[in-house]
Amino acid sequence: MDSNVIETAGLRRTFGKKGEIEAVAGVDLRVGSGSIFGFLGPNGAGKTTTLRILATLLPPSAGEARVMGYDVAKDPEQVRRRIGYVAQSGGSDPRMSGRGELVMQGRLFGLSGQAAKVRAQELLEAMDLADAGDRATEGYSGGMRRRLDVAIGMVHKPGLLFLDEPTTGLDPQARARMWDEVRRLRETGTTVFLTTHYLDEADALCDRLAIIDHGRIVAEGTAPELKKAIAGDVVTIGVDGSGELVARLLEQQPFVREAGVVDGAVRLYVDDGEASLPLVLRLLDGQGLAPQSLALHRPSLDDVFLRQTGRSLRDAA
Amino acid sequence: MRLFSDTWLMFKRSLGLTFRQPAWLIAGVVQPFVYLLLFGPLLNSFSGMPGFPPGGAFNVFVPGLLVMTALFGSTFVGFGFIDEMRHGVVERMRVTPMSRTATVLGRSLRDVVVFLLQGCILVALAIPFGLTINPLGFVVAFGLLALIGLMLGPVSYAMALVIGSEDALAPLTQAIALPLLLLSGVMLPMSFAPDWLRTIASFNPLYHATLAIRALFNAQFSSPDVITGLLTTGAFALLSIFVASRAFNRRTA
Repeated sequence: MDSNVIETAGLRRTFGKKGEIEAVAGVDLRVGSGSIFGFLGPNGAGKTTTLRILATLLPPSAGEARVMGYDVAKDPEQVRRRIGYVAQSGGSDPRMSGRGELVMQGRLFGLSGQAAKVRAQELLEAMDLADAGDRATEGYSGGMRRRLDVAIGMVHKPGLLFLDEPTTGLDPQARARMWDEVRRLRETGTTVFLTTHYLDEADALCDRLAIIDHGRIVAEGTAPELKKAIAGDVVTIGVDGSGELVARLLEQQPFVREAGVVDGAVRLYVDDGEASLPLVLRLLDGQGLAPQSLALHRPSLDDVFLRQTGRSLRDAA
Repeated sequence: MRLFSDTWLMFKRSLGLTFRQPAWLIAGVVQPFVYLLLFGPLLNSFSGMPGFPPGGAFNVFVPGLLVMTALFGSTFVGFGFIDEMRHGVVERMRVTPMSRTATVLGRSLRDVVVFLLQGCILVALAIPFGLTINPLGFVVAFGLLALIGLMLGPVSYAMALVIGSEDALAPLTQAIALPLLLLSGVMLPMSFAPDWLRTIASFNPLYHATLAIRALFNAQFSSPDVITGLLTTGAFALLSIFVASRAFNRRTA
């Protein structure tokens, strides 16, 4: 087996009677072992569909995907033995206890009754669920249930764990907690492939990420690499209704690389942020326009998304 | 073998979940008791009429109630399955090497155990009313009831898997369960029916099962009804497990 735990070529998936809905429209992906790989995109971009194909839940309409060295369509059984999968909605029965679910999962992966119990206890302790282990999961908090879901996915110590939107719906503490757990998994050598529509999550947690929109990967790399591709700084100018006009005016200036309107505000990509601010002000003043606000920031992943898709991820999500 | 160990795991899990709530016991006791109390006496006046099968009214009536218990205990199980699907339990287990047939079979065997227990309660309640049983006949009859569960349960699970919503499953299940019930002769013996109705009923495996169980309760082991009932239901059970298992395998391709 080579060092890539995931390799796809021209992966496509269509829905509908005539295949008219294209959820995944040709995804080429390579994910190396031992990292946290993020799949960032707005809702409906094709993240979950791609994940479900990779986790053997959905056959691809075209193209190829190899996970842990096996073809997902031809050898799903081998893939399933080597991966863990945590769906966005989780996968535990509210009537079962956390321990009961972990033991069941262990037994399904061929552990003996005794070994499954030992492993369940290990995971309950690691995920700080030991006290709640024998209670029915319907009484768990959102964060506890999520940690149990991850524990269930890790019962058989898979080399690759899929997490679909692992922190959606969690409060900030539970979210930070989940990030820690994911980093701990990386330390033990597990590759984590997660989807998210949170920019900060992709930025802070993922070693590498792919940005997906309308079923296509529009950018891929580490977060710093992606941001570096957008050279210079970003200036945001709050204006009153006349956004398009201001954008067109500024676009013609030599110090502006690109200008557009996002959320009613004018967004400029400039080489040197500090030097450009006075120029912007003078120019607007000359037109009799007064900006309501003016902000300068380093490019974020949202700028990367915006640059590639023409939309803000915040609007799209 | 994977199939057996996974079926056993799934069976234990589902049975534990069912026993956690007393609903199965309440449904199992109250319903047959109401039938025995409010419908049985009505049937008593039919016994002795020409065309009424041999044995007392309760030896005709209780086997029918047992078949009905099996019918309701295995055609509506898809609803619980949809709930499990909604919680992601089914999908989670699909990403394991678990046998797909065990997914259906483990749950169906749970359903069988539940309605057989309900059946035992029913029989115990009916003895004071005048039901007579033969021990061997009782055991074979319950084996036949189990086959009914394995014939109907897997179909219900497969329909739930494919349809995926209670709203669509309910009318479809009704549309299947009601004619099966009416054409089985469980309420009134089919011997009262006109020929054309009995001809249609003869295509219903439950009709043959009911006749077989009546014969078994009366210790008529050499009756052709017994072997016909066992073979028909057994064959349909195998077919049903095969079809459901294919549906589950295909869904997971």
